[in-house]
Amino acid sequence: MSAKALIQAISYYLPSNQLDNAVIETQFPEWSIAKIAEKTGIENRRIAADDETSGDMAVKAAEKLFRENSIDRSTIDYLILCTQSPDHFLPTTACIVQEKLGLQTSVGAFDMNLGCSGFVYGLGIAKALIVSRQAKNVLLITSETYSKFIHPMDKSNRTIFGDAAAATLISSEHGFAEIGEFEYGTDGKGAENLIVKNGALRSPVTEKEAVIDEYGNYNSDNHLYMNGTEIFLFTLESVPKLISKTVTKNNLNKDNIDLFILHQANRFMLQSLQKKCKIPNSKFYIKMEHCGNTVSSTIPIALYHAQNENRIQNDNTILLAGFGVGYSWAGTILRTF
Amino acid sequence: MELAQFVKDFELQFEEVEPNSITPDTIFRDIDEWSSLMALVIIAMADENYNVKLTGDDIRNSKTVKDIFEKLKVK
Repeated sequence: MSAKALIQAISYYLPSNQLDNAVIETQFPEWSIAKIAEKTGIENRRIAADDETSGDMAVKAAEKLFRENSIDRSTIDYLILCTQSPDHFLPTTACIVQEKLGLQTSVGAFDMNLGCSGFVYGLGIAKALIVSRQAKNVLLITSETYSKFIHPMDKSNRTIFGDAAAATLISSEHGFAEIGEFEYGTDGKGAENLIVKNGALRSPVTEKEAVIDEYGNYNSDNHLYMNGTEIFLFTLESVPKLISKTVTKNNLNKDNIDLFILHQANRFMLQSLQKKCKIPNSKFYIKMEHCGNTVSSTIPIALYHAQNENRIQNDNTILLAGFGVGYSWAGTILRTF
Repeated sequence: MELAQFVKDFELQFEEVEPNSITPDTIFRDIDEWSSLMALVIIAMADENYNVKLTGDDIRNSKTVKDIFEKLKVK
C-alpha cells in the first residue's frame, strides 16, 4: 500500500507591530483608506520589528505549533522553510531554524524561494518526501517579511501586504486531511511584474531616488514593485484554469468541492475569481481582514481559521490554489475524514 | 457594444458619484474615487460584462471614459 500524506496541524504567528487603517489614514490623509478597505477587505496588518527576521518568525510559528498541538519536536525528520526574505544569502535559513528549534541534527532542511504559490508547492514536496518514505513528519514553515522590501511611501503595497509565518506539520500517520494530487504551473514572463529587482547579484542596490507613479506611490528598483493590473489579469486568466485542472486531476468535478481556499491576495481579487468560477459564497472562504496578504502564509492562515470556525467538517473536499510572484501557481485537494 | 451602455457600466463601479454624472468625455482620473484599485475594478467589469481583457496600458493611455471604450471595442 502506498503511503499517505496527512496534514496534522497548523499554527501561525503574527508580529506584534500593527499597521491598521487608522495609522495608514494618518500617514496618507489624501487617500480614502475606508473606501479602499471596502474593496481589499483588509483592516489591519502586522509588521515585523526592525530586528525580527523571517527566521525569527519561523521559529515562533513552529514553537506555537508544538505548544498548541502537543507535538514532540524530536519526531520531526524534515524541515522545509518557504521564504523570499531569508535571513542571509547563505546559509539557508532552514539550517538556522533547525538549530533554534532544537530539531534533531538528523533532519533534512532547506529553504524554498516561492511566494504566494509556496504553501501548495511545500505540501507537494512534503507529500513526495513522505510517499517516497524519505520522511515521516515534515515541518513546513512559510515565513515572509515583505514589509522590509516595501518603500515606506508606497501606500498601495503597504495597504495590501502584512508579515506572518505559518507552521504546518505533514505526517504519514496522524492528521485531519489527506493531501491529494497536484497541478503546477510556471511562467517566468511575469517575473518583472512582481519583483524586488536590486540587492542580489544581477543588480546591486543603487543610490537612485524613488520615482512616483501615476497614483502617488513611491517606488524604486531597490524596493518591492508590483504591477497590480498585470498581476490581476494573470490571475483572471490562470486561476480558473488551475482550479478546473486540479479538480480533474483528482477525478472530481467542481460540485464535489465543499470549500475553496485560494491564496488570500485581497478580497476584490478573490471575489472576481469567485464570480468568474461561479463558486457560491457558502463554498468560498475569505480570511485576511486581520493580517492582509501574507504571501505564502495566507492559505495556512485561512485553513486554520476555517477549521476553528467549523467551516471544515469531516468528509469534506477542499481545494487549495496558490498563485502569484514568478509567475508561479499550484493547486491541490485536501480530503478530511 | 454601445458607448452609452459602457459609460453606464463604468459609472456603476463607483459608489460616490452622482447618477448620470459620468459622460463619455469625463476625465476619469479627475473622479475623486479614482485609484489604482478602481483601475482593477474597471478591468474586472470589462472582463465580466464584455469578455474583454483590458490591460494596464489601455487604462494608462486613456484620458476619458470614451478612450477606454475605444480600446475595448478593438479587442
